[in-house]
Amino acid sequence: MPIIEVKDLTKIFKDKNKELTAVDHVSFEINEGEVFGLLGPNGAGKTTTISMLATLQKPSSGTATVNGYDIVKQPANVRKSIGIVFQEPSSDDLLTGYENLKLHALLYGVPGSEVQKRIEEALRLVDLYDRKDEIVKKYSGGMRRRLEIARGLMHTPKVLFLDEPTLGLDPQTREHMWHYIERLVAEKKITIILTTHYMDEADRLCNRIAIVDKGKIVVMDEPKKLKQGLGGSVISLKMKQPSIEPFRKLKYVDEARIADSTVFLTVKDANNHLQEILKLAGDVESVELHSPTLNDVFLHYAGREFREDSPEGGFFERMAAARNRR
Amino acid sequence: MMIMSELSGLYAIWEREIRIYFREKSRLVGSIVSPLLWLFLFGTGMGSAFSGAGATGFNYQTFLFPGIITMTVLFTSIFYGAYVVMDKRLDFLKEVLVSPVSRTTIFFGKVLGGVTDATIQATILMVLAPIFGIPFSLNLLFAYVFLFLMVTGLVSIGLIIGSLMDSPEGFSLIMSFLNFPLFFLSGALFPLTNLPSWLLIFTRLNPVTYGVDAMRQLMTGMGSIGLVTDAVVLVAFATIMIAVGTWSFARMKL
Repeated sequence: MPIIEVKDLTKIFKDKNKELTAVDHVSFEINEGEVFGLLGPNGAGKTTTISMLATLQKPSSGTATVNGYDIVKQPANVRKSIGIVFQEPSSDDLLTGYENLKLHALLYGVPGSEVQKRIEEALRLVDLYDRKDEIVKKYSGGMRRRLEIARGLMHTPKVLFLDEPTLGLDPQTREHMWHYIERLVAEKKITIILTTHYMDEADRLCNRIAIVDKGKIVVMDEPKKLKQGLGGSVISLKMKQPSIEPFRKLKYVDEARIADSTVFLTVKDANNHLQEILKLAGDVESVELHSPTLNDVFLHYAGREFREDSPEGGFFERMAAARNRR
Repeated sequence: MMIMSELSGLYAIWEREIRIYFREKSRLVGSIVSPLLWLFLFGTGMGSAFSGAGATGFNYQTFLFPGIITMTVLFTSIFYGAYVVMDKRLDFLKEVLVSPVSRTTIFFGKVLGGVTDATIQATILMVLAPIFGIPFSLNLLFAYVFLFLMVTGLVSIGLIIGSLMDSPEGFSLIMSFLNFPLFFLSGALFPLTNLPSWLLIFTRLNPVTYGVDAMRQLMTGMGSIGLVTDAVVLVAFATIMIAVGTWSFARMKL
């Protein structure tokens, strides 16, 4: 039986005269032990989906079960089954790392005899044991995030939600975070659901991903299969006057698309055909040949390029920003 | 099992509030310095004016002492709600609110924390009572009962405002509209006898009045309302505020 079953989950936000469908009839299943990624641009509905599964928000319609418990009817049981690491820091600045974990353990009713042992184990897993008695204000962004992962494990949940686990971290720290998450998967055999808008992150960590755009799941599969599914390689041509017309008639071009001033061609046996394509293209500013990435997968299914041009943060931040502008 | 985990949650929230209280030294020091300034500077100044006006046998500083204790706990208690707003900013509140502990328990844990903070502050000042002509006696301990009731209601008010507000600025605005009327209309600074009737009505509507009166009666014998009335009003005040607070925490959005 899947540990998470989502059926037609929908969330509509109403703001006076506007309606925004953040999550639009989403359905999926996650099996125990999977690392499942919700991948999509900012504002695609990833965080809202997780929030509903974690019982932080009520769905407008549809249902889901987590660890066999209904998210609307049995929220307390759902909460005991899950650990959450939020996008924004949520540990107490003025408490030490150790005290933050202890607070969490007591809130989740961890038996007193277990508390000490579990705190130590969790702190060692994320390499924070040596810094346990410093107040969190003195921690770096990466340490804080690690502490929050350790905290999420205190009550030995079945499922761990990681909402943008590496958002705002520098590349080196991201690499470390990935390492800790991989270690966690190996040692704890826990089911992980993570949201991210980093392609490389999803590619590296997840067994299976769902690409989300505008509240809908665009496609869902193993990253490898998604990329293979495109077939061939991708040639991207940056042109002054981009047009896909000349490439349409070529037999070996499976797909041709334009995004901004770049033409993307999915091509079989690209190395042998590059010459001909360049000739047809004429005035080209730059050329790139690569095997398909998740970005190409997204482009293929969503029909536009996946970029990080929307503001950081989730739906609420953007709603708040929009409200302030008025 | 259920009750045990709620109790451990209650303890956890209370313990966190106390730790933070002692960790933020400026908060502790600041809350002691200003009442001392009131007692020594304002108290001495006004006291001299009274005796100059021929009020013999009346020590203004003694009269003022219970009022200033009340002022201290009043400001501390209401301001305590600001920490809810700050916890919201940090998303720390989310972490607490998503835990399996009930919202009612969370509210009570916070109230206990606030009451403890305020009681510690009051105690630091109480120790100085003899300096202001109030000898230690059992009555001082009895005064704590009234102090406790009043503080419970006031902390709840602070938490209610905190649960409603999203920004610290909004909180401090509301707080300043609330603090000073409650303070000035409580009889902390002046006796409530001989007041014009419109002012008297306002002081009688102010729950803090009854706390000041009871403490002043027990500490100096200068009360004017009566301990039974004081107790009834304060119990009602604390009960109503706890009820409203529980409700406001239950409907607080994440």
